[in-house]
Amino acid sequence: MSSRMIGVDVGGTFTDVFVLDEASGTATVAKVPTTRPDQSGGFLDGIGREVDDLSEIAVVVHGTTAGTNALLERKGAKTGVICTQGLRDVLEMRRRDRPRTWGLRGDFEPVVERQNRLEVPERTLADGTVRTPVDLDAVRAAAKQLRDQGCEAVAVLFANSYANTANEDAAAAVLREVWHNEHVSASSEILPEIREFERFSTTALNAYLQPEVSGYLGRLENALKAGGFDGEFMIVQSNGGVMAVDTACRLPVRTALSGPAAGVIAAGYIAGSAGFDNIITGDMGGTSFDVSLIAEGRSMLSPQTSIDFGMVVRNPMIEITTIGAGGGSIAWVDKGGLLNIGPESAGSNPGPVAYGLGNTRPTVTDANVVLGRIDPDNPIGGKLDRLDVEAARRAIDEHVGAPLGLSTVEAAEAILKVANSRMAGAIRLVSIERGFDPKRFAFMPFGGGGALHAGAMLAEVGIARAIVPRYPGVTSAMGCVIADMRQDFVQTINSLVDTLDEAALGAFMQDHADQGMALLDAARTSFDARELSFELDMAYIGQTHTVSVPLAVAVEGGRVAAPSKAAIEAAFDAAYGETFGRLLEGGVRRILNLRSAVTGKRPKFDLAALAPVPGGATTPIGQRQVHFGDRWHDTAIYDRLALPEGTVVRGPAILTQPDTTVLIEPDLQGRVDRFGNTIIEPQSGERPLEEEAT
Amino acid sequence: MSEIDPITLSVLAGRMEQIADEMDATLFRAAFNPIIAEAHDASHGLYHAVSGDTLVQGKSGLPIFVGVMSFAVKAVIEKAAKDGDLEDGDIYIFNDAHIGGTHLSDMRLVRPYFRDGKLFCYLASVGHWHDVGGAVPGNYNPAATDVFQEAFNLPPVKLAKGGKINQDIIDILMRNTRLPQSAMGDLNGQLGALDLGIKRMDELLDEYGAETISAALEALGHRAEALMRSELEELPDGRWEAEDFLDNDGIVDEPLKIRIALEIKGDRMVLDFTGSSPQCAGPVNIALPTTVATAYVAIKHVFPALPANAGVMRPIDVIVPEGSLLAAKFPAPTGGYTETILRMIDVVFSAFAQAAPGRVVANAYGTINALSIAGKRKNGQPWVMFSFYGGGHGGSAETDGLNHGNAPISTATIPPMEILEAAYPVMFRTWALRPDSAGAGTHRGGLGAIYEIEVLEENGAEAFLFGERGRFAPKGIAGGGDAAMNVFSYEQDDGWHRPPLASKMRGIKLRPGQAVRLETPGGGGYGPASERTAGAVARDVARGLVSAGEADQTYGTAWREAKA
Repeated sequence: MSSRMIGVDVGGTFTDVFVLDEASGTATVAKVPTTRPDQSGGFLDGIGREVDDLSEIAVVVHGTTAGTNALLERKGAKTGVICTQGLRDVLEMRRRDRPRTWGLRGDFEPVVERQNRLEVPERTLADGTVRTPVDLDAVRAAAKQLRDQGCEAVAVLFANSYANTANEDAAAAVLREVWHNEHVSASSEILPEIREFERFSTTALNAYLQPEVSGYLGRLENALKAGGFDGEFMIVQSNGGVMAVDTACRLPVRTALSGPAAGVIAAGYIAGSAGFDNIITGDMGGTSFDVSLIAEGRSMLSPQTSIDFGMVVRNPMIEITTIGAGGGSIAWVDKGGLLNIGPESAGSNPGPVAYGLGNTRPTVTDANVVLGRIDPDNPIGGKLDRLDVEAARRAIDEHVGAPLGLSTVEAAEAILKVANSRMAGAIRLVSIERGFDPKRFAFMPFGGGGALHAGAMLAEVGIARAIVPRYPGVTSAMGCVIADMRQDFVQTINSLVDTLDEAALGAFMQDHADQGMALLDAARTSFDARELSFELDMAYIGQTHTVSVPLAVAVEGGRVAAPSKAAIEAAFDAAYGETFGRLLEGGVRRILNLRSAVTGKRPKFDLAALAPVPGGATTPIGQRQVHFGDRWHDTAIYDRLALPEGTVVRGPAILTQPDTTVLIEPDLQGRVDRFGNTIIEPQSGERPLEEEAT
Repeated sequence: MSEIDPITLSVLAGRMEQIADEMDATLFRAAFNPIIAEAHDASHGLYHAVSGDTLVQGKSGLPIFVGVMSFAVKAVIEKAAKDGDLEDGDIYIFNDAHIGGTHLSDMRLVRPYFRDGKLFCYLASVGHWHDVGGAVPGNYNPAATDVFQEAFNLPPVKLAKGGKINQDIIDILMRNTRLPQSAMGDLNGQLGALDLGIKRMDELLDEYGAETISAALEALGHRAEALMRSELEELPDGRWEAEDFLDNDGIVDEPLKIRIALEIKGDRMVLDFTGSSPQCAGPVNIALPTTVATAYVAIKHVFPALPANAGVMRPIDVIVPEGSLLAAKFPAPTGGYTETILRMIDVVFSAFAQAAPGRVVANAYGTINALSIAGKRKNGQPWVMFSFYGGGHGGSAETDGLNHGNAPISTATIPPMEILEAAYPVMFRTWALRPDSAGAGTHRGGLGAIYEIEVLEENGAEAFLFGERGRFAPKGIAGGGDAAMNVFSYEQDDGWHRPPLASKMRGIKLRPGQAVRLETPGGGGYGPASERTAGAVARDVARGLVSAGEADQTYGTAWREAKA
């Protein structure tokens, strides 16, 4: 009986595989190098390490960076646009912004070149009136021209199509007859929401990704099937939910932040199981530190994200704030004598000076190496035999120590201090911007480097404790197995509450529910529960910022009971009051958009599957000198995965595992909880974990 | 003053900058009006207790405020010295542009921060309120000949005394705005931002001690100064001049000169605006604080890595002639200050281009193009569509200029066309790039835009425009060509017309079905057009950014053989 669930996260360097055997309640992980350019090789290799017979697999869930990379590296398909007369340049004009506040340098090229953006006579007004019916002969002629110019995908971008889809529908229907493949995207199908630049950009990027992403996913699916796999193949979306592979091929733009989103989902689940509902995650990679916030067990979703300057994707996405302070970020002293970290980065290739691959400027990782915090003889990832500590010392001396008059060790401590301060700043700002006090949160580091800096985050931000997941290096792969199936829908309503057509709103809600449920029905996976949620974007007339107004909606036998105007007004007043403290007397309430989400709750696995086996060793496996503060400390090294539940390790100590180093600073302690997580906190009490979780 | 170690200084620099950033974030979240909430027309910072100099300023506020805020604090310091009653818990408020710079829409709040009974520094918050009275809603009155026609004028007064808010002041303010709810929301947001700043300062001083923080602030000033001096030392010594013109002041149809002599000697620099036109009748005057702040904005664009700290200005002298439109005296109108400061930035760039062409980009489009279309709906309800429009940025040593960017003094984005069409009875016939608008060059300028807006309302409408660059084109640098000028036209029963004052006009009556058309300038070019590669020209022609005829004339015909 097929009972295995597999999560696969393909990153820039490694492909991580997480295998859950539901029957036996056990989990295993594998890490293999990512293959390029075709990532499917590493994907299948990673699964093959853990599973001999693909027919034993029930579900494969994939967090992919194929879409992200195609966008960042501009490697999508040659794409054509057919648009409203007079609006050819919306994609290129953006919202009249610029790449950087200061300096006025830099230009911008949209993914669709201007000669591949063709206008046709057609116009719909803001109230939905068709002023000029679409000229379908012009659409046919434009399609022919775009095809002759070598376009592989086409997008239809018409003004105000959110208010009336008729012209776009007609144009899309013609295109689907005449276009030479299935890659046709229409803006009102992808995102029926007001704001033409955001809708056009999202749609054009969808078209741009379609050939690439659907080709990649198709190859993977075929290879899995050829190996005997007969289960469900699903893809993680940027919103943290999963979708069926055919949906992903139709809406590839929804995978733009697939990989990082899965990591945050796993982090939330791990923290929740361990008793922490409020956490701030910190994923430290080679070039960046990515921060995300989970409050009361819920990840923050942002309505849109800029993948790069001018490349806006408007879809709900897990909100992730990035600063340029990763392990590869370069430390340098400016002309005013101030020590800076980043934004320049040595990334993972050539990487830190200690890698010996050609970089000579010191990085954050080099500081960790020089201070003994990273073991030079057993580099993480297994790519290198050993790290060049001397080279790292020289680089730090030359670029930081000498200009500031500091010894090597002082300079390395200074680099970490400034880097930690910047990371702490990101954590503070992410929480404060959303009105939360960061001190109420636990910090969860994941990714390769985060756990080296956890103690510093406690000290800098005033956070009480950090929770290091048992497998911080494969969090995203684990998130694939945990994520629920979720589809988001949006429809612009643009009506005052007073003049709302309740039946029309109800019809949109029903349509969203039906579409979402049909997608769940089509999935060959089981759900513990199904949830429907509806929100309205609302504001007082005259305001441009809307508030999200959750609607309590009764659903019986699949029928959605549309809310009354009075119920909508009450819900708005409650949400508005909560956001701004007071209501606007005499203000006229307006509805801008309907947002619906349909979620299929997938069965959750018990994280106890990852628990340490009883009777493991609690004795150190070694010792080395590590520098903390102003001196070297004898520091015990432990094999982290061997430590049994309840072990308390007092700092200074280092816990090692194949892909992560956990640092416990002198005044802190680390304790192993029943899921194998390490809780880092001040050396105060010795209370058992069960008490703390309550 | 004790010495401070460089690591603590690095950490504290980030911490204090973050206090200002957090104050920005607090106001953006709480503000009612979209000019603050969406366009981020606001700013916060920490200022010196004695001099009022900028110590630290937030990164997300409007660029022009970096530099102008210290004048607000200086005004409060003078007021408090005169009255002799400064105490912990006081908050001053004012909008007087002749004292605090920019224009009357910007409401400034200044709050002393006391530590152990002693004044430590000032915190300040500025935000652009939606309406502050005056002749026209939104306070952009192109016909104003004094400040009283622009808005109500509030000098620095105590909004709070010893921690207690004076409700009388709030009552006066709220009676003098057309939008009291919005104003109250913004005021609360600004007060909240200042509260947060005080709390964060307390935490910081608890952690590090007042002496360390004082030492850090002092050191950051020295560091900013050292950075500026080392930047100047890298530039050649010399004196370079540049001048440019405003079309007119909206009242009298005569060009107004903005002139600069830039002098660099060792690690010092002088920006001398002697020779600029005298104070004028219309609202393109600016007050001295605005002029000095603009010099700072221009310098920060030339050296983007400089911190927002007054130390930057120590090696720099700004000379502003008495009686000029750059040192206008009360009660001269200043509502159109944006046009004048954009021209100031252009001449600074043009002068720098002679000293070190790689350091600057060519002139950007150089006008805010404030266009308002207003009328009454069938049911009698009034409507006003008011927005600013974008244009091209200048070419640089590295790349062509950005197409359709925002003004160098702002980071505000333009509302989506569909939002405007949904809110107002108009339809955009065109919202597109303007071919052949870029200044030619090795790296050409960015393209301006064409916006053609048709009135749908049966009652018709009236249009108002406050723009510039209708008669003087944005300039290229290092041998690059000038960009196309601003062209505004409007449709009447007998065809299309242009305004007598080029880019300024009031009360244009439009019938339903008639339109206005704004063709905005591009950016100037960088480097000689003859050195542009044929491939780049061919690409521009293939994309329709440059017409074939224009390409032949400007770049020669080599592109016809090249691959796009």
